[in-house]
Amino acid sequence: MSTEIVASANAEARAVTGAGPEARPMDLLRFATAGSVDDGKSTLIGRLLYDTKSLFTDQLAAVEAVSAARGDEYTNLALLTDGLRAEREQGITIDVAYRYFATPRRKFIIADTPGHIQYTRNMVTGASTADLALILVDARKGLVEQSRRHAFLCSLLRVPHLVLCVNKMDLVDWSQEVYERIADEFTAFAAKLDVPDLTVVPVSALRGDNIVTRSDNMPWYEGPSLLHHLERVHIASDRNLVDVRFPVQYVIRPQSTTVTDYRGYAGQVASGVLKPGDEVMVLPSGFTSRIAAVETADGPVPEAFPPMSVTVRLADEIDISRGDLICRPNNAPAVAQDIEAMVCWMDETAPLRVGGRYAIKHTTRSARAIVRGLHYRLDINSLHRDESADELRLNEIGRVRLRTTVPLLADEYRRNRTTGGFVIIDEATNRTVGAAMIVEAS
Amino acid sequence: MTTPAAYQVSHLDALEAESIFVMREVVAEMERPVMLFSGGKDSIVMLRLAQKAFAPANVPFPVMHVDTGHNFPEVLEYRDQRVAELGLQLVVASVPEALASGMVRESGDGMRNRIQTPVLLDAVEKHRFDALFGGARRDEEKARAKERVFSFRDEFGQWDPKNQRPELWSLYNGRHHPGESIRVFPLSNWTELDVWHYIARERIPLPSIYYAHEREVIERDGMFYAVNEFFRPRAGEERFKAQVRYRTVGDASCTAAVRSDADTVEKVIEEVAATRITERGATRGDDRVSEAAMEDRKREGYF
Ligand SMILES: Nc1nc2c(ncn2[C@@H]2O[C@H](COP(=O)(O)OP(=O)(O)O)[C@@H](O)[C@H]2O)c(=O)[nH]1
Ligand SMILES: [Mg+2]
Repeated sequence: MSTEIVASANAEARAVTGAGPEARPMDLLRFATAGSVDDGKSTLIGRLLYDTKSLFTDQLAAVEAVSAARGDEYTNLALLTDGLRAEREQGITIDVAYRYFATPRRKFIIADTPGHIQYTRNMVTGASTADLALILVDARKGLVEQSRRHAFLCSLLRVPHLVLCVNKMDLVDWSQEVYERIADEFTAFAAKLDVPDLTVVPVSALRGDNIVTRSDNMPWYEGPSLLHHLERVHIASDRNLVDVRFPVQYVIRPQSTTVTDYRGYAGQVASGVLKPGDEVMVLPSGFTSRIAAVETADGPVPEAFPPMSVTVRLADEIDISRGDLICRPNNAPAVAQDIEAMVCWMDETAPLRVGGRYAIKHTTRSARAIVRGLHYRLDINSLHRDESADELRLNEIGRVRLRTTVPLLADEYRRNRTTGGFVIIDEATNRTVGAAMIVEAS
Repeated sequence: MTTPAAYQVSHLDALEAESIFVMREVVAEMERPVMLFSGGKDSIVMLRLAQKAFAPANVPFPVMHVDTGHNFPEVLEYRDQRVAELGLQLVVASVPEALASGMVRESGDGMRNRIQTPVLLDAVEKHRFDALFGGARRDEEKARAKERVFSFRDEFGQWDPKNQRPELWSLYNGRHHPGESIRVFPLSNWTELDVWHYIARERIPLPSIYYAHEREVIERDGMFYAVNEFFRPRAGEERFKAQVRYRTVGDASCTAAVRSDADTVEKVIEEVAATRITERGATRGDDRVSEAAMEDRKREGYF
């Protein structure tokens, strides 16, 4: 094989972090890549997998063979995630690739997303469940429109942690000045957004500098390597443990002669902590009861919290079905049919228009909705609001007012990523055409 | 596993909760779901998750086995035992029957991987299944790494990788027109190692061929194939006895074993954690056909 992996900066110092047996319970960090085409997202993921020894020899051999056949000078690690035929042929990422690795500290789920504006909806798919997003910028080019767009989308989706990776530092002579200029520019842009936690790291994805171990090429950088940050970033308090929200997914009623009169409400805890004895309210009916038991197939549990999937039993017989929500009497979401939301439009065939009718899915509830108004469309570069806009086209974002056929049990998205988000579905094509984040519900 | 004091769950608990959520969504929203059950470890774990998702009620859907006719006897036996134990309805989509009726023809190389797709699609149509649970994991293969949890298939069972539905948060869109269907992958985010940790934790019995045993094999392309009625050595291939186990269980004519002394679940976990070859790379003749073998099969409706 003529091609080689470009050697890591500190090859011998590489942390040995292969996924060992589960010595102690690990937690899970989901992160997504973001940034413009060719800024090095896929290469960075390849490097992270390679340097943590998470790659298998046959995967690597396959990538080396393809690289060699194409006459690449070095093994193109981006091929590790660009798994579709079309992606390899065009040398771009079209859809999200999910990759997995673990270190003794954490298990990671990576969503490597596409940079092309055309595939923004796939980037949004990857970022919607992320705890953290890596925004890559090519040090030679600095921030470009897509870097801003993706940073904005991450803030809109409320990805709790952002890491700006100033990449390709090898091509700017490891210059501190270049790094600082980009870091400052991004920090200034992020200040206009709602970014709770921002970290900046200078890297070379291709050479492995500051990816797993700190680089000797940039002694002026005093922060941690990217992996060090990923392993330690504190995510436990990102979850909302205050507002009890339990969307009922499915009613379990065994038709059995051995288990009789059983009625349990199955679902995944969206937020808050549920305990037997707690006083609860069921929406939209407003009936109250007490939690008799919180159960799993392995038996009752003393409490349930996100992201547990459990079955809740109540002390009283009340009529509850899928789409209802269990909360506390003194802390309930809005029961609302008039919804104000930021909408990211994802359909190339037809724009969102005032007067349009759609299906929506919100938690475990389905409804229909009519678009009553479009307040403005947002220019993502300048964050300017265009109030004269009368439609949202593919990849455009705007503030929309909707009226739904049945009430949604809704929170503001900024308070609750589960009860605050919904998707918009075209009733004719059944395609998911919009992602909506609730700003106000009444 | 959980430590309520800190309100944290382990990654296995998080994966389990996600899979259960996915299964309940399907049963709540789709009309005729079915679970693909081959007797392989992933489908065994998936079935365990289904039991958990609906307990104390029974698993509320049938299971289907796409039977290529090239089976490991231990696996068939396991399948039947499990089905009986759980009182499940078993649908068998049979490749030998489809061959006999002329619906499909044996391919030149004798591999039945490709011809099982029309047999699967025929059974789906006949039973009007609109949701099919599959045990595929994204870590298995690069085309699978790209697939949604709810993966839309048109009326020909085809996957269009360039035009997948956006899938935000945990809001899965299973809407479809008659004749179309959704493939659902509850184990999308599990790795091979997660599956084994779960098998250990839940003490799930497996067909014996997953653990080290002695078997008569031949070596081909660096893989160890068991000599049996579906697999004949070629001239010059020497038979010998070896300690092996199966990392995946598929069609017995193209699934290879790996050398192994791992005869307990703990030893398998150690082995899997240390291995440097992917499970399909180590054991599947069918993926070696081309760079995009899996993607091409999936487009046609394969799992
Ligand atoms: N010199 C240099 N090239 C890089 C670096 N990172 C990525 N590249 C190259 O930039 C190109 C685009 O990388 P890719 O990972 O596909 O970018 P993506 O579109 O963001 O996923 C490829 O040719 C990479 O080899 C880096 O740190 N230094
Ligand atoms: Mg890429």
